[in-house]
Amino acid sequence: MNVKDINPEILARQVVPPTRLPPDQTLLDLLYYMKLTRELEFRIERKLYRQGKIVGGVYVGRGQEAIAVGSCINLRADDVVCPSHRDMGAFLIRGMSLRTILAQYMARKTGATRGKDGNMHMGDLKHNLIPFVSMLADNVPVAAGIGLSFKMRSQDRVALCFFGDGATSRGDWHEGVNMASVFKVPVVFICNNNQYAYSTPLERQMAVENVADRAEAYGLPGEIVDGNDVLAVWDAATRAIERARSGQGPTLIECKTFRMTGHSAHDDAGYVPAELFEFWEERDPINKFERFLKERGIITASGIEDLQKRINREIDEAIQIAEKDPFPDPEDCLKDVYYEGE
Amino acid sequence: MALTTYVEAIRQGIWEEMEKDERVFVLGEDVGIYGGAFKVTAGMLEKFGEWRIIDTPISESAIVGAAIGAALMGMRPIAEMQFADFISCAFDQITNFAAKCRYRWGAGVPIVVRGPSGGGVHGGPFHSQNPEMYFVHTPGLKVVCPSTAYDAKGLIKAAIRDPDPVIYFEHKFLYRRVKEELPTDDFVVPIGKASIRRPGTDISVLTYGAMVYNALDAAKELEREGIDLEVVDLRSLLPFDKETILESVKKTNKVILLHEDTRIGGFAGELAAIISDEAFEYLDGPIRRITAPDTPVPYSPPLEEFFLPKVSDIVNVARELYAY
Repeated sequence: MNVKDINPEILARQVVPPTRLPPDQTLLDLLYYMKLTRELEFRIERKLYRQGKIVGGVYVGRGQEAIAVGSCINLRADDVVCPSHRDMGAFLIRGMSLRTILAQYMARKTGATRGKDGNMHMGDLKHNLIPFVSMLADNVPVAAGIGLSFKMRSQDRVALCFFGDGATSRGDWHEGVNMASVFKVPVVFICNNNQYAYSTPLERQMAVENVADRAEAYGLPGEIVDGNDVLAVWDAATRAIERARSGQGPTLIECKTFRMTGHSAHDDAGYVPAELFEFWEERDPINKFERFLKERGIITASGIEDLQKRINREIDEAIQIAEKDPFPDPEDCLKDVYYEGE
Repeated sequence: MALTTYVEAIRQGIWEEMEKDERVFVLGEDVGIYGGAFKVTAGMLEKFGEWRIIDTPISESAIVGAAIGAALMGMRPIAEMQFADFISCAFDQITNFAAKCRYRWGAGVPIVVRGPSGGGVHGGPFHSQNPEMYFVHTPGLKVVCPSTAYDAKGLIKAAIRDPDPVIYFEHKFLYRRVKEELPTDDFVVPIGKASIRRPGTDISVLTYGAMVYNALDAAKELEREGIDLEVVDLRSLLPFDKETILESVKKTNKVILLHEDTRIGGFAGELAAIISDEAFEYLDGPIRRITAPDTPVPYSPPLEEFFLPKVSDIVNVARELYAY
C-alpha cells in the first residue's frame, strides 16, 4: 500500500473481514491483553523512560496491539511464538510476568535476560517464547526450523513468527519463508505492516503493493487483514493455525496497521505526514473493539473503567517490585557464554 | 583390520550418533539423495529416511537458522555447508543467533555446522578457504579442525553431543589422503584438547589441520640434521588447549606457529600473544609465524602452491631458529 494514496476504500477492498466470532470470554481476554499492552508500553515509553528509569532504547507497538493479541490468544501452551519488537501482547499472553518484563527494561537481574540483553529481546523456553535479535527476520528461518522439528516428530504443534514490513526486505525472510513452504511446516508468518521501517516508508521497502503478494512467489497462501481489527486478526490467525496444525503448511498473514509513534522513544516521527496519524487514530484498535463490545452488550462503559483500574493496579505493583530489584553482579558478565552445568 | 579414511571417519561418527540418538539429524544441500558433495552422508538417506537426512534449498542462512530452531526444540541438528566457504552466507545466524542464545536467555543451541575447508585441490577462491577465525572471534561458539581420521570421528561425536554450537571444519585435502585403523568401540575426542603428534626437544611447531602433515614431514627432514621438532596438533581452536601449548613452549623454548589460514588476524597471532604473556621468560628466540600470505586462495597450481605454506618453509625457519 502506498502511504500517500491511502484511503478507507482501498483498505476495505483488500482486507478479509472476520467470518466468525470467538466466545465471549475470549472477547474479554482480547480486550484485557490489548489494554494491558497499551498501558504497559505507555508506562515504559512515556513515564519510566522519561524518568530515566529505562536503560537503553524503547520500541513500542502503540496502535498495533490487536495483531499480537489477536493471533496469540488461541495458541496452546506447547505452541511456540517468535515475536518481533512490537509484539508485547505475545509476551503477556504467553505468561511472562509484568515484573519480569519491567525488570528487563530496567536492566535488572530479575529481567528475562538477567541483564544480558535489553528491552523486547525477551524469551523463555518455559513459555515457548523465542527472543528476537536485532537482525530483522533472523527469527524467520529459526521458526521454519521449529516447525520442521514438529513435523519430523509428528507433533501437532504450531509456531507463530512475527516481523514487520521492513524485515521482509531481508534475505533471511525469503530463505526462511521459502524453506518453510518447501517443507510444508506448521508455521504461521505474521507481518505487522505498520508502513514505516524507522523513517523509510513502504514504497521504499518494496515494489509490490502488499507484503502478502510475496507469498505467491513461495507457494503459500498470503492473506491481508485489517491489523487494527482484533477480530479479523483472530479469525485469520485461527484459520492459519488450524491449517498448520492439520499438516497443510505455512500461511502468511499481512496485518495492515500503522505505527502510532516514532521508531523508538527518541524518534519524534517528524517524517510521517500528520494526516496519516489522524487517519489511523480514528481506527485505533482498542477504541474500535470497545465500541463493538459495548454495542453487543458484552461489556459496559463502567466495566471498561474497572478493567483499566485493574490493569493500572497490576502494573503499579509490578513497577514497585521491579524498581527494587537488584542489578546483575558485574562478574555475571563472564557467566553463561558456554554450558556451565545444571 | 581395514584402514578408515578421514571422510569415512566423519561419516561413521555421524552414522553412529544418529543410530544412538534419534534427535540427531542432518540438513544441507545435496546431503540426501546424492549423499553430499564429498559423500560424507552417503547411504544415510536409505538408512534414516528423508526427515533425518534433509535436502534443503540453497539457503545457508536458513539451513543454520532452521538448525537453531530445531535445536531449541530439543533436536541435535548437523548443518552441512557444502563448502566451508559458503558459511559466510550463514554468518549472521551463527554469530548473532546461535552463539548468543545461552548468554542472553540461558537456552543452549546444540548444533553442529560442518563443512570442507582448506586448499591444495585447486578449488580457487570460493572452494578453498579457511574461515575458522571469523568464528574463533565469536564467544559462545566452539571451533574444531581435526587432522586425523581418529580425531575426525572422535571430534564429530563430541561436537554432536556438545550442549553448545560447534563449528567443525574438515580439511578436504585430507578426506581420502589420510587413513588409519580405528577402534571399533565408541570413542570421543574431547573438544579443547591438543595432541602432541611428535615429541621433540628443540622447537615446538604449533599447528592444526592439513599443516600437521607438513610439520611432520619437516620434522623428518630436520631429524637428519639433528634438529628435533615437537609437533603439536591443536585440534580445537576454541576453546584451545593452553596448558599443552605452554608446556611445549616451556620445554623447547623456541616456537614456530604454522597455519594454512592467512596471516593477519590468523590464530598464530593469538598464540604469539599468549606465549608472550605467559611464557616470555622461557623463550630463547623470536616467535616465528609461517602462514599463507594475505591474499585470496588462488586457483592456478603455481599460484596455489606459492600460497600454501610448504615443508621447505618450515625447514628453513626451523634452521634459522635453531641457530638463533
